[in-house]
Amino acid sequence: MPPRLRLTGIRKSFGATLALRGVSLEVAPGEVHALVGENGAGKSTLMNILSGALPADEGAMELDGTPYAPRDTLDARHRGVAMIHQELSLAPHLSAWENIMLGAEPSHGGWLRRGEAKAQARAALERLGHGHLDLERAAGKFPIAEQQIIEIARALRTEPRVLVMDEPTSSLAQADTERLFTVIRQLRDRGVSVIYISHFLEEVERLADRYTVLKDGQSVGTGSMAGTAPAQLVRLMVGRDVTELYPARTANAGATVLEVRNLAAGRRLTGADLTLAAGEILGVAGLIGAGRTELVRAVFGLDASDRGVVALDGREFSRREPGASWRAGLGFLSENRKEEGLMLPLSVAENTVLTKLGGFGRLGWLRRRDIDAAGAAWIGRLGVKASGPDQPVGQLSGGNQQKVALARLLEHPARIFLLDEPTRGIDVGSKAQIYELIAGLAREGRAVVLVSSYLPELFGMCDRIAVMRRGELVECRARADWTEPTLMAAAVGAAA
Amino acid sequence: MNTKSLLAKLGPFLGLLLVIGLFSISTEVRGYFLTYPNFKIILTQTVIVAIGALGMTLIIIAGGIDLSVGSAIAFTSVVGALLIQRGWSAAAVVLAVVAAGGGIGLLNGVAIAGLRMTPFIITLGTLGVVRGASKWLANNETVNYDASPINSWMTTSDPFGWSLPAGAWVALAAAIGTAVMLRQTVFGRHIFAIGSNEATARLCGVPTVRTKIMIYALAGAFFGLAGLMQLSRLRQGDPTVAVGLELDIIAAVIIGGASLSGGVGTVLGSMIGALIMAVLRNGSQQMGWPTYFQEIIIGVVIIAAVFLDRLRQAKTA
Repeated sequence: MPPRLRLTGIRKSFGATLALRGVSLEVAPGEVHALVGENGAGKSTLMNILSGALPADEGAMELDGTPYAPRDTLDARHRGVAMIHQELSLAPHLSAWENIMLGAEPSHGGWLRRGEAKAQARAALERLGHGHLDLERAAGKFPIAEQQIIEIARALRTEPRVLVMDEPTSSLAQADTERLFTVIRQLRDRGVSVIYISHFLEEVERLADRYTVLKDGQSVGTGSMAGTAPAQLVRLMVGRDVTELYPARTANAGATVLEVRNLAAGRRLTGADLTLAAGEILGVAGLIGAGRTELVRAVFGLDASDRGVVALDGREFSRREPGASWRAGLGFLSENRKEEGLMLPLSVAENTVLTKLGGFGRLGWLRRRDIDAAGAAWIGRLGVKASGPDQPVGQLSGGNQQKVALARLLEHPARIFLLDEPTRGIDVGSKAQIYELIAGLAREGRAVVLVSSYLPELFGMCDRIAVMRRGELVECRARADWTEPTLMAAAVGAAA
Repeated sequence: MNTKSLLAKLGPFLGLLLVIGLFSISTEVRGYFLTYPNFKIILTQTVIVAIGALGMTLIIIAGGIDLSVGSAIAFTSVVGALLIQRGWSAAAVVLAVVAAGGGIGLLNGVAIAGLRMTPFIITLGTLGVVRGASKWLANNETVNYDASPINSWMTTSDPFGWSLPAGAWVALAAAIGTAVMLRQTVFGRHIFAIGSNEATARLCGVPTVRTKIMIYALAGAFFGLAGLMQLSRLRQGDPTVAVGLELDIIAAVIIGGASLSGGVGTVLGSMIGALIMAVLRNGSQQMGWPTYFQEIIIGVVIIAAVFLDRLRQAKTA
């Protein structure tokens, strides 16, 4: 029996850059195939070729034994290859059923057959075990996890033979991830081949039947997941042993620099108390929507607080707004790198110095050479892969974008770092560098609040971990006093 | 339906009642303002903006904009007047004028969707092109003609009777047709999909280029119909008429709850928005307010309507 999908010797270059230099991939029917690799390894390019968004320069693709060369994404879908992107692509104003049926509405002479459309949408959701979703509700009003289900239902409508999922869990909380895995296993059992791209190797280990590792545009390893340890995959991905992803740290907490009492802002943040000392890394855990982001935003003054006190070095910091916060030594890293954290069309250097542009001017004239020099300095110190300080940030890979976003806090320089999901969606190599950077901050006596959905990261980095649940900071303990199960129990409100 | 979404749906209605109430406070004015003949006048004055707002609603829901409406109305009214001069029958004139409007829309649509240019820029350009073409076509003067049945569509023979002029019925029929089209046809739902997330619509196989061209062409046909009503009202083709009317039309659609970022909008809302604009104009005149004061009031109402809409969105989100 031929494999469901076979790619051989795929090559692709963009101008002088060779993005893919010979990739081979084979996926069997009813298999979950993990595709792993660092950012920039060529995963997205490969998937764009597979889903018809880009043509390959060289190489052959076969689908169930017949040649496959999609003209565009629509053609690929007709042939049975569907893709679910990392960024959800729903029409937020349209109802759930309209999103599921979009582009394939049952109609009669142009007139919509509403009942039939809804029945088909309902059937698609029921197959995913989510028949209870309100079909009439606007897609944008569902929680992220359910939006993803709607998107999967839409992809399934065309009865795909191959379903490509790009980082589907990057914005999901633990419980939603489990539900998604159940759905993926159901698809697999129905004979759908799933290509699963993820940076979370634990997920890959649990979910995938086989794996392929990409490095520098080449497939460097493939095999059965059974009996393969994540460490082996990491070695293939980075071409070296990453023995310790998290840097060794010794606690050196000093004086309290930040104190938050009874802080509340909107419906999502109803009450939080915490203290943070110089040289300390404080983790904030919790499910999506538990109020973690709202907490750091309210501390920084991005959102108005309803009540509560924030004190810096023992003095109340009451008129909080971002400009004042930067001046007071707070630095904020947004979880939303693309829309809030960075100005993608602007250069690396401009993004780096944004909070202190005044320092680069004389009587209102900016000295561009100094700005570029500052950008170049951080490119060197953080190992940002960029052509120069004048390259637009939008052209960098996710990990390098995040380094630029962090460079802004370092350049300012901030003493208290509020980092919201600093490693979301970036590759293992960049993650290790960012962890090292954060640990270095603490060593220098700066204070860090680390908001993360990724438990190993919190346990690997933090001195203390606070747990939020439904808008409240429910518990804060030293790292050694938590285990992953007790922490998760606190996050979901169950007894461990 | 819960009370909140009910309130959101009724928002423009409440606005209309508020505006009517405002002009009914003074007993002196109320005696004339709150009468059926005056409402008939208001309805007739609404027709042109209302029909224009139908086309604009389609465009704004799809995330676009059309600034060339005023010019298109002037152009089509000149075309109509010239054809009447040449002795065309009323039915042929109607078809030709609507087709002329559709043609302008088609050009806009092809430039926007086919050449992938920003609607704001393209229609800012056609605003000038079409206005100039109207003056050229009309030899830079008004086009007069003897008589035509079209002249009677924006007036009634008996100003104190109950009957509404034909133009109001045409606007009503067009509004119902558009509302049904938006809700019940695949084309209508694709308009919302494109405005909500064009990339997704394309990914899902919605023919976005063709749909967008059709949206602008259909809207252009509505603008042609509005031009016909303009012709009927003035009883001459005037190439300098309706300057800036696009802003009234856009304002009506926005007051009616549509979002300039696309994906949201209703025909009913836009029609009420058009009525609010007409009531404001009419009421201000009754109150004896100078025109500059009307302009200020209408500007404030637009800002207030959008602000209230934001508040509503924030609460339901």
